[in-house]
Amino acid sequence: MSAKQPMHAGRSIEAVAVGASSGGIDALTLLLQALPPSFVPALLLVMHIPASNEGLLVEVLAPHCALPVREAFDKDSVVPGTVYVAPPGYHLLVEPARTLALSVDEPVNFCRPSIDVLFESAAYAYREALLGIVLTGANEDGARGLDAIRRAGGLAWVQQPSTSVSPVMPESALRYAGADRILALSEMATELARFVRP
Amino acid sequence: MTQHAREDAFDHELKLLLDAIYHRYQHDFRHYALASLRRRVSQAMQRFGCRSVSQLQDRILHEPEVFAQTLEYFTVQVSEMFRDPDYFRALRAEVVPFLRTYPSVKLWIAGCSTGEEVISLAIVLDEEDVLDRSLIYATDINPKALGVAKAGVYPIARMAQFSASYLAAGGTRSLSDYYHAAYGSAIFDRSLRQRVLYADHSLATDAVFSEVHFVSCRNVLIYFDRELQNRALGVFHEALVHRGYLGLGSRESLRFSALAASLEELPGRQRLYRKR
Repeated sequence: MSAKQPMHAGRSIEAVAVGASSGGIDALTLLLQALPPSFVPALLLVMHIPASNEGLLVEVLAPHCALPVREAFDKDSVVPGTVYVAPPGYHLLVEPARTLALSVDEPVNFCRPSIDVLFESAAYAYREALLGIVLTGANEDGARGLDAIRRAGGLAWVQQPSTSVSPVMPESALRYAGADRILALSEMATELARFVRP
Repeated sequence: MTQHAREDAFDHELKLLLDAIYHRYQHDFRHYALASLRRRVSQAMQRFGCRSVSQLQDRILHEPEVFAQTLEYFTVQVSEMFRDPDYFRALRAEVVPFLRTYPSVKLWIAGCSTGEEVISLAIVLDEEDVLDRSLIYATDINPKALGVAKAGVYPIARMAQFSASYLAAGGTRSLSDYYHAAYGSAIFDRSLRQRVLYADHSLATDAVFSEVHFVSCRNVLIYFDRELQNRALGVFHEALVHRGYLGLGSRESLRFSALAASLEELPGRQRLYRKR
């Protein structure tokens, strides 16, 4: 499997975990539409939206993305080149066996799904083959998770706070965890689109 | 030790801990989904100031009180009243008419935690005029959660959200008709709980205890591995009467289960199944 994975900044990335909150739909749309069909990693996505917005994210994002966009289902195997969106009202986790898991554990940082919960489980599952991305948002979710990703050897990218609709989340991630790259969205989209089959 | 070696040690020690708990206390978490367990055990380690799972195991084995408190980390989910309001609309439309055809009915809420769903179901049955002929079994493995469920007392601050869900679920009155407020709490009417039997029951180790017309087990199976999911679904299937109903959480299904052929999925977004 690793032979097929694209090298980027000297390493192969099997999964990208993304956290977004306030202002996140536009940011995600911009990132997802930059990804070509040959994009290799699986993309795991937590976006804070109210639990009543059943199925909304997939509906909004799928038309802008060349890759399949699905709501994450409990115990599904993670397929490369697929975008998995956490269902509203559930935490999304991933197991080392590359399967998805959902939980209704208490909210973390007042959020369910919580970015920290996804990031911490993904850090454990993928270790250095993981890229974590923190985008625009008005709370502090994702900071601890990004730290866990870096401790496990994974890469961390953070949206440049000055170009974020809500800078609080990127700022707190940078303060708590730091980052390998701090990028404006358009640069991030270009960089992310490089994880393709050779 | 490197980060990765620490993590490997964590998983090994976690397995040993689950074995130890099973042998010492007969609570079986050995087939629980690991991703959530890791989080919860890490929280328990912090709570008891343990640097490793083994340290936690030592305390759990020698101090039953530590085990009782750890059980909270392993089992308690934040429960809500009328979570997924459409589920309760579907119960009114689909399951209640079936219940009406019997002179007396039994219902089972498996993994009832602190009892919010028990109250929700009792209210629906009351408004549909079938509570008087119903017996609801409310089961969980956590005695403390069952205690809360039995008391039927919840923070008043949660009532705004519960009321909104109650109305969205097709409630015909006002949620406040079912409780009285005192000292920052909402105390639910005893009459709602008169038809409820609260009991300790484990889907991992216990068997069928009664024939029932309806099983509701929502957001419990996501905490189990496939083997344990199959065991639990087997128990439900065995408990159900001919053409009885099973309700699961909105993100759960029988898709990986050996029971898929024995239960018919009802159309619609709700996860309602019917014994074939």
